This record gives sequence, structure tokens and C-alpha cells, in this order.
Amino acid sequence: MTLLGQFALWVGLVAGLWSAVVAFSGRARGRPELAATAVRGAYALCAAMVVASLALWKGLFTHDFNIEYVAGYTSRNLPTAYILTAFWAGQKGSLLFWALVLSLFGVLAQLMTSRRHKELMPYVAGITSGVAVFFIATMLFAANPFERLPFTPADGRGLNPQLQNPGMVIHPPMLYLGYISITVPFAFAMAALLTRKLDTGWLNAIRKWTILSWLFLSVGITLGMWWAYVELGWGGFWAWDPVENASLLPWLTMTAFLHSVMIQEKRGMLKRWNMTLIVTTFLLSIFGTFITRSGVIASVHSFTQSNVGFFFLMFLLSVGAASFALLYLRWPELEAEARLESLASREAAFLFNNVVLVGIAFSVLWGTLFPILSEWVRGVKVTVGPPFFNRVNVPLGLLLLALTGIGPLIAWRKTSPRNLRRQFLWPVASGLLAGLVLISLGMRDGWAVGALMLAAFVLGTVAQEYARGTRARMRMYGEAVPLALVRLVGRNRRRYGGYLVHVGILVYFVAFAGSAFKVTREVTLSPGESVEVRSPYGHTYAFTHLGVSQYEALNRLVSAATLELRRDGEKIGVIKSEKRQHVDSFGKKSFEPSTEVGIRSDLREDVYVVYAGSIAGTEQANFAITINPLVWWVWAGGVILVLGGLLTMWPGGRVAAPALRKDVQAGFEAQLVGTA
Amino acid sequence: MRRRWQSRRPAVQIDRRAFLSALGGTLFLAQQADPLRDPARAGQSRAAVGEVDNSEVIKGIERRLKCTCGCNLDIFTCRTTDFTCTYSPALHQEVLALHEAGNAPDEIIASFVGKYGEQILMAPKPEGFNLVAYLVPGIVVLIAGTVLALVLLRRQRTLQAERADAAETATESPPPTSEDLERLREALSEVSD
Repeated sequence: MTLLGQFALWVGLVAGLWSAVVAFSGRARGRPELAATAVRGAYALCAAMVVASLALWKGLFTHDFNIEYVAGYTSRNLPTAYILTAFWAGQKGSLLFWALVLSLFGVLAQLMTSRRHKELMPYVAGITSGVAVFFIATMLFAANPFERLPFTPADGRGLNPQLQNPGMVIHPPMLYLGYISITVPFAFAMAALLTRKLDTGWLNAIRKWTILSWLFLSVGITLGMWWAYVELGWGGFWAWDPVENASLLPWLTMTAFLHSVMIQEKRGMLKRWNMTLIVTTFLLSIFGTFITRSGVIASVHSFTQSNVGFFFLMFLLSVGAASFALLYLRWPELEAEARLESLASREAAFLFNNVVLVGIAFSVLWGTLFPILSEWVRGVKVTVGPPFFNRVNVPLGLLLLALTGIGPLIAWRKTSPRNLRRQFLWPVASGLLAGLVLISLGMRDGWAVGALMLAAFVLGTVAQEYARGTRARMRMYGEAVPLALVRLVGRNRRRYGGYLVHVGILVYFVAFAGSAFKVTREVTLSPGESVEVRSPYGHTYAFTHLGVSQYEALNRLVSAATLELRRDGEKIGVIKSEKRQHVDSFGKKSFEPSTEVGIRSDLREDVYVVYAGSIAGTEQANFAITINPLVWWVWAGGVILVLGGLLTMWPGGRVAAPALRKDVQAGFEAQLVGTA
Repeated sequence: MRRRWQSRRPAVQIDRRAFLSALGGTLFLAQQADPLRDPARAGQSRAAVGEVDNSEVIKGIERRLKCTCGCNLDIFTCRTTDFTCTYSPALHQEVLALHEAGNAPDEIIASFVGKYGEQILMAPKPEGFNLVAYLVPGIVVLIAGTVLALVLLRRQRTLQAERADAAETATESPPPTSEDLERLREALSEVSD
């Protein structure tokens, strides 16, 4: 199978190269039939990647330990689900996964794009294939997943225990899907620049792709937080690690794009800015991959250091230079069709939102790279960890949250002072009321109070928007409340789905504010002994050590410590935390012992217990106990955000046709002059 | 002579009486608990936790210092995470020893910086070149926001001036017809998204 996989990689390389070259040369020579073969090249590339991937999966499932990758990431006793996911657990396999998904997305982009954009499609095929060629070449020349060992080990090393978690089955592919799918909007943007089709047509072609990329990234990041929380055992979900930061960067610029693109669709403005954002987002997705794989910055998430970092750096620099050069050449043709009229307009609010989003992206990138800069300038290594990122980004994050609430309250083009007063009254009142309640309840953390007040303000905005829209329908059509609400959302999915996304974001902020009140305590308990820990809500939790049991599971030896849990004297259950010693099929230890956290979660707070280890080989044990307020809401925020995103993408509803935009503007202008 | 003897004292000092009492307590409590069938599979053997381990002062100091194991976490988080690291418990003992020797938190931090370099701090000290790290993001956002606001204000004024000129030269517009109003209504519903 390795021969077939190897062969498929070479076929993919040739097909991809063909597709990339003829897309450009066919157009340059004025031979559309040649350019059309670029699309067929993309199909051939996809077929080759499917074959190569099947070959690797076959090797993984048949335990062909002569393949270095199979021996390095699986063992005979590894559960089947994790054999499947071992495909993307290591550097080489994940490169193949990237090439596979990119080639599939390339084909889907061809099949799902309307024929209206057929002029763009050869270039789209050429660019997606060109990016895939880079990944295939990296595999063939630096990190081949089909590389064979000079001998065949009896068993493989197995999968890192921390990757043997349901979160890791889905978190990496989701993040990869986000990173990879950004290539499609980037390809359309480049195709629009190359063909000079710079109207809003290409934006319609990529609208769903951009939301899809953003959704995948959002889900990937949230699942990553969940995995870190349930698996790593430190009681937190975001550590500002360079690799975490790298995933946040394209998400931030993509979020900025999703807002600013609305201005281009409605007013024909910000064309240059939107192009810049798309190119930057793509480059940041490659930068994230470079950070993960190069070892240039120390991170717990990094793959083993290898020479692929050099390939990524070269690719990043050359694609960046080519993209910005093309953008520079087309700069004069990206002139705005209209002018921004007022500071008190939704366009202006979106622009400030873009400044803050890109500002946060810059500060995250700046903090991530500052250790390199410091070493370069001063010759002194420094660490830039969570205290720095929190100090710099919390104020910016709160500013962003405020803008999340302000934007929807301001009308397009311009807003009168009277309208501003009317729109802001209830949301501001709800924010202030929340602040008063929190302070009277004794909350004194300024940042947390600020975050919760702003969250109440945003919630007030969204509720007001839903309420006014529903009331308007009830008045106009005499509909009952539920019907009016459903029809309102159904007819304006993008707008009301977007508001739902805002609710998801504010729920995240509320949950993050809860971290300020976390309580952590280490204790030593013998069986039968108890300890009490007071939670930020004033509850008293009593933990009674029931004992440590040891047993064998499929690929591990388990030591499980169980605690009885009481809240204010009432028994609410037991909580179990484990130490796991993973072994191969011969019973040989394969990794250092790992820890499984015990978590009891409810809407208010999580009880989080880690069995730290035993004392002098007895059942007397150390535990780290954490009471984590509002963590449940992080995951709820993720679910709401995804639901909102899906709602905006859902087919149907009313879509503002760009062709009507000028007529719409003309009608509006006429009335304004008439009433002036 | 006395000074030379002092300089040869190890960096980590543990009060002998406190150590023996903790050891005695641990052994006594350990005798109360049943032995594990296979202690090796339960991770590292650990020492009993004392009140000082839960001291907010100690936690505060350790949250400012980075573990040297390469995990990117602070000492407190690393030593209470997964419990496989061998560096963070040793660093914790160093912090405890310095604390017991009567050092203030800032002195303990300074001692760690002297021994391990600036890299031991979880965030660079906001002084000298490090100020660049703290100030640049805020300055960039501030400048971008100010420039944007100024450009928008200028455009707003230019547009208002153009409109005023146009209004002066234009003849009186006829009042809007019902068709015009209908078109406006449609237009507004289109742009209200």
C-alpha cells in the first residue's frame, strides 16, 4: 500500500502542477480550453489525494509497523477510533490530511459555484491546486508519511495519551477544516484580481465559504478549549500558548472581514480593505501552520521539530509577496463606489469594529513574536505569557464587546441624534442596571463588572432588535408573537443569525469573566478523610476520599481515586479522577503516566478534581481541587455561536441582490433630496 | 570567615525541624492508609500538602514565574497540572525556601531572575525595551482609531458642504408621490439588513 500511496502523491503533484500552470498560461495565451483543463487537473489531484489517504489509513488499520508513521503513532491495542484519528496526530499525516481536505474543497468549490462565475473558476482551480502542490511537495521532499523503517517493530509506540480523548477526535480536524477552507475565499479573491472582475459578484460566490471557514475555526477553537479543560488538568481553557494564538489570528481577521464585507455588498465600499483582509487571513492560516510545525517558538502543541518550517516560511513569504503585488497592481480598480457619510453610521461602527479586531490580532501576533524580537534586539530571551496577553487584550476585548452592541443600534448611512437616543435607551439602561445589581451583590473586580455590564448592554441590543422586528410584523401582518418571530428570523437569516452569533460572543465574555473568581486548593486525604472548600457562590463543598482502586483497561493501567461530594451538607454524587499508565500490547510502558480529570459541571460552577498522586505508595493521595465559576457557559457560548452561524448560512430567506443595490441607493437618494 | 561560609550555603534551604515534622506526619498518615497494589502506575510518589502550599502569597509568586520544563506554564499551574513535571515541584520548594527565609515576594522574584534570567518571568517587566511590547498594540489601535475618526469627520464635512452647494443650486423638488414613497419603503426594507 505504501507504493500506491507514494505513487498517488506523485500523481497528485503532477496533476496539481498541471492545474496551477495551465490556469495561468491558458488565460495568458487566450486559450480557454487549456484553462478549462485546470479544473480537470484539480479533480485528478483530489482523486490522487483520496487514494494516498486510503493507503495511509490502510497502513494504520492493518498495523503495518514497517511504515515509520504507523509505528510512531499507533499500537496494536489502540482503540479503533484513535487509529482513525492517528491519521492527523503527527506532522506527516496531518500534511496529507491538509492536502486531502484542500483538494476536496477545491472540487466542491468548482461544483457548488454558480455558472455566473465561470470566468473565475480556472484560476480558482489553479490556486487551490497550487497550494495543495506545496503540501504534497513538502511531504515528498521533507515529511513523507509513507517512509519505511529498515526493520519492522513488533508493536508501535501508540498514540500520546493526551490525544486519546474524544475532543481530540474532532478538535484538530475542525481547526484544519477552518484553516484549509480559507484557501477557497483566497482563491476567489485572487481570481477576481487576475480577471479584473472586481464587482461584488465574487463576494457572493464566497459568502458561504467565508462563514463556513469562520464556523470551522470557531468550532475548532472552542473544542480546543474544551479539550484543554477536560484533558490537561490545569483547570483553565486558554493559556495564550503560541499555537492557540495562531488559531485565533485568522479567526479575528475573518471576523473583521465578515463585518466589512457587508459594507462592500451594500455600498460598494472598502474593496481594498476586504481584499487585504482575505489575503491576510490566508497568510495567517499558513503562519499558524508554520508556528506549529517549525519549532521557531516553543509551544506544548508543537509537532516534533523538522525542516518543514523552512518550506512553510518560503511559501508564506512568496505567496504574501505575490498576493500583495497583485493587489497593488489592481489598486486603482478597487475604487469605492460610494463615500462614507457620517461618523454616526453603521458603516463607521463596523470600521471601528474592524480596527479593534485587527488591533487585537496585531497585539496577539506582536506578543507571540516579541520573544524573537527581544532576543534579536537585546540578546535577551523573555517570556510573553498570559499576564501580558490579559493586560493588553482585556481592554481591547471589552471595547470590541461594546462595539458588538453599538453596531446594530446605528442605522446605515447616518443616524439622527433623536434616533440614537431612542435606540440606545434600553440597552444602556440594561447595562447600567446589571452593573448596579452586581455591585450591590458585592462584586468588586472592575474588569469582571465591566465585562458583565457590557454583556447586559449587548443582550439588551439584541433583545430590542428581535422585539422591534417582531412587533413590526405583528402590526403589519397581524401575526401572533411566535409566528412573527419565526417569520422575522426566517426572512432575515443573515441579520438575525448574526445577532445570535453576538449572543454567543457575549456568553463567552460572561464565562471568561467567571475565571476571575476561580478557587484552587491542594489537599492531602487518607481514605475516609474530608476537606471543605468554599465556592465563590458561597456554597461549601465537602470532599470525602473514598479510596483508590487499580484496574486494567484496553491499553492502560488505571489508578482511580474516588471522592464523595457534598454541597452544603447534601450529597450530590461522587467524582473520580484517574492516573493512567499507557502500555503497548506487550504490557510495556509507552508513555509517562497521564491524568484524567474528574469534573462535575452545572450552570453556576464546575467542581474540578485532579488526582495528583499517592503518598508513599498508599491510598493516601494528593488532590488539586478547583471551583470554576461559569465554565459551562463557555461551551454554551460555542453552541449558540454555531447555531447563529448555521442560521446565517441556511439556504433560502431573503438575500439582498447586489444588482439591485444601485437602484435602491438611487431611490433613497431621491427621497432624501426631496425632503431636504 | 562567616561571610564566606554564608556564601557557600545552598540556594534552597529547608528548615530542619519543619522538614522532620512534615516527614513524620506524612509517614504517620501513610501508615493509616492501605498500600496500593501497584504504586508505580499511580504516577510520581508525592509529599503531603501543607498549608503553606495553599498560601495565596506563594501562589501569587508562582503565578509570576515560569516553569523551566518547557511547558510555557507558570510554576503554580505546572505543578498542579497533570502532576508529571519534575521541575515545578523543585521550583516550588525553592520559592518556599526563599519565603521561609523571610524574603518578600519581589525579592523572591528578583532572586529567580538573577538565577534563571529574565525568561523566568511569565511576562516581561514593563521597563526599558520591554515597554515596546506593552505600548505598541495600544498605540497602534489608538492611532488607527484616531486616523479613521479624523478621515470620517473630514469626509462628513466635505459631503455636507457638497450637499449644501447642491441644495442652493437645485430648484425646489416636487413633493414625493405615492409611487416614490412606495419605492422608498422597498428601498428601506432592502437596506435595513
